[in-house]
Amino acid sequence: MIKVLEHFGKYILMLRQMLSKPENVKVYWKEFIHQCYELGIGSLGIVVIISLFLGAVTTVQTAYQLVSPLVPKYVIAQIIRDSTFLELSPTVVCIVLAGVIGSKISSELGNMRVSEQIDALEIMGINTKTYLILPKIIAAFIVIPCLVVLSMFLSIWGGYFAGTMSGILKSQEFNQGLVKDFVSFNLTFGLIKAFTFAFIISSISAYFGYFVKGGALEIGRASTTSVVVSCILILFADYGLAALML
Amino acid sequence: MIEVKNISKSFGDKKVLDDVSCIFESGKVNLIIGTSGSGKTVFMKSLIGLMPVDTGEILFDGNNMIHFDEKELKELRTNVGMLFQGSALFDSMDVENNVMFPLDMFTKKTFSEKKKRVNEVLERVNLKDSNKKFPAEISGGMKKRVALARAIVLNPKYLFCDEPNSGLDPQTSIVIDRLILEITKEYNMTTVVNTHDMNTVMESGDKIIYLRMGKKQWEGSNKEIIFSQDENLNNFIFASEFLQDAKNMRMQEIQHTSK
Repeated sequence: MIKVLEHFGKYILMLRQMLSKPENVKVYWKEFIHQCYELGIGSLGIVVIISLFLGAVTTVQTAYQLVSPLVPKYVIAQIIRDSTFLELSPTVVCIVLAGVIGSKISSELGNMRVSEQIDALEIMGINTKTYLILPKIIAAFIVIPCLVVLSMFLSIWGGYFAGTMSGILKSQEFNQGLVKDFVSFNLTFGLIKAFTFAFIISSISAYFGYFVKGGALEIGRASTTSVVVSCILILFADYGLAALML
Repeated sequence: MIEVKNISKSFGDKKVLDDVSCIFESGKVNLIIGTSGSGKTVFMKSLIGLMPVDTGEILFDGNNMIHFDEKELKELRTNVGMLFQGSALFDSMDVENNVMFPLDMFTKKTFSEKKKRVNEVLERVNLKDSNKKFPAEISGGMKKRVALARAIVLNPKYLFCDEPNSGLDPQTSIVIDRLILEITKEYNMTTVVNTHDMNTVMESGDKIIYLRMGKKQWEGSNKEIIFSQDENLNNFIFASEFLQDAKNMRMQEIQHTSK
């Protein structure tokens, strides 16, 4: 318990120290753009694949469970839409991103720590927390919600293709289901989750990477720990947000 | 000039630095030597403020670094260059961008001015035509030279080198030693070098501090070290029979010239 509190205190201090005036805004901007590209483009492929299949599988499984002839077919599209907005895209995609982005951030920072690159930056008089961590968190804050929105779109698209091509429901039925009883707050809620998870993924993995001590083995361990802790915190936050806001 | 007054540092019960005092003069290569675990790295990290000391004072040209606030410490660090043991080059940047990085961060020069300065320092460390290579594509000796170029690109007043010869062949080690010596004299910098390399000690040790178990055991120059009567220092410096012979030869040479 003491160790958890110690980690928490160090994490909060890291976040506080990260918020200082940049030495040179241009260099920080360049780093921010670089991180947006690295985090966004690097995760695009896996997000596309997962999202398409999430939608497709949800369609097939929902149709399998809806056996009553009294339930109209467009309900399948409604279920896909709401489960995609509320849970599948924000949570499942972010858990995958915790692995992709989280391990990338923690191993990058860990390697910089072990090879004394962070010390070199400090010697130059640069606030390493601001320069190395802040652009990553802001980039994740922008890129991850964008990926989640893309995932929502692709997931529904995947569901549409799986549904119409396998004859589960007609194109019109699917479109009817998508717009029927649409609650815009569901989309807002999905985005709130995406922002929260983006912060968890980037800050937790930055924390474990930044404070690595040792060598290659410890970098690997830090990377694994950051993914595990991020996933657990995502699930806690997921439940917390649902209980508070729905 | 850097003046160190009675600094001590402990990790738990273990005293790593015990009341160490010394003066590092400008325009000289000041060496810190000692066996592994003698406190050299902690001493150097304390000097540059990466590790806070428990007691004592560290004065950079008369200003006590211990009492510096964050802004003053940042200002001091823009006057400090450091060559790390593993070079610490940024993997994601090529040679040119590695050297240009401090200029990007701390100056308002135009790109062409920065590029001119980068080429100047790269030429100074005998590295031409490597601007677009990445750290993974160059040898250990080249990495050290790039790191040295990056360390001096802002014309620092103080240069710190942590084991600059580690992992290098004897010939490349000599090249790096000579570069450090020449640059120190040329820019009148206060250079502090942490080393194990006996060639460095004998060739460029204007001033040598010998640390043993966290204490300063001996202080002198490369000329004086030959005649030192300190048993521990002699065992450390002239550890092999070959080095003992070299020492005797050098002693005879000095005695012969003094006659």
